[in-house]
Amino acid sequence: MNVVITKKDLEKIDSCLGNMISTSSANAVLLIDRSGQLIAHHGDTPDIDTASLAALTAANFGATVEIARLLGEEEFTLLFHKGRSENVYFSAVGENAILVTLFDDKTSLGLVRLRISQMVDELSRIVASMFEKGRKR
Amino acid sequence: MPFINFSKDEIQCKIVYYGPGFCGKTTNLQYIFSKTHEETRGKMVSIDTKGDRTLFFDLLSLNLGKIRGMDIRVQLYTVPGQVHYDATRKLVLKGVDGVVFVADSLKVQRKKNIESLINLAKNLAEKGISIRTIPLVIQYNKRDLDGTDSEILPMETLEKDLNSMLKVPSFTASALKGAGVFETLRAISKLVVKDVSRKVMMMDKQQVK
Repeated sequence: MNVVITKKDLEKIDSCLGNMISTSSANAVLLIDRSGQLIAHHGDTPDIDTASLAALTAANFGATVEIARLLGEEEFTLLFHKGRSENVYFSAVGENAILVTLFDDKTSLGLVRLRISQMVDELSRIVASMFEKGRKR
Repeated sequence: MPFINFSKDEIQCKIVYYGPGFCGKTTNLQYIFSKTHEETRGKMVSIDTKGDRTLFFDLLSLNLGKIRGMDIRVQLYTVPGQVHYDATRKLVLKGVDGVVFVADSLKVQRKKNIESLINLAKNLAEKGISIRTIPLVIQYNKRDLDGTDSEILPMETLEKDLNSMLKVPSFTASALKGAGVFETLRAISKLVVKDVSRKVMMMDKQQVK
């Protein structure tokens, strides 16, 4: 199986991510696959090594899924790390992807969560169709 | 599971260095990191314990150039070798496109090599991948210990133990000194790129674009 990201898919994803940034005032959003590959990113990530961030996020999320299973849950669908000025919010996008949102004091966790929940269904539909195309090959 | 991004003309693949604890997987990556140009590689990320043992993985991304006008980016991962870290090994294997099995040439590690290879086959099988079809190369590491006080296994024994069924390309190496490290990387990259190109060509026929 391989995953094919066409220009059309990426345009749809980009529009979702762009919308997310403008309505939530987050600094950046990244969409990554659960094996650690970066699918798309939007916003301001000047000094961040996005490839490493993607790999570490997938690992972090994977470890959390195992913790969930130990506790009898299927998985934890969101994770939040709070720093002094930077915060990061991870949320599951269907079975195959994770959305990483980087934000600071300019906005609030509540608003970020609200915008993500409004967008995550559409995003998971796009991602699911992308992985489905790969599966058929 | 390569990521083929037609919008950026880029293909991303994942290669995992697998093997028993202390066989030299991280050392392989460290050597590659130290000898590649900054423009072609990313940062090296390691999640390890204070005792320098890999806790989760090491990661190094490399740019391998172009095939059919598309940039090839590979991500090299290692896994923790210790037996009890099987859950993390499974996580790292997610979406793998090629494997380097690093075997420890030390005589005392003979059983651990075999156990680790069986563990690899089992973990791949759980993901629906056969060890016989995935791009795979074997590296016999620590050959520089030959002639020292540490007793090492002859090549014939290692080949018989690990490669008699698989019959994949194998290399002798000393990851610490660098011998064989790039030969191994070149071989696995070639196999992975060949595998991916085949898939891209199949897609061209289907005119996905």
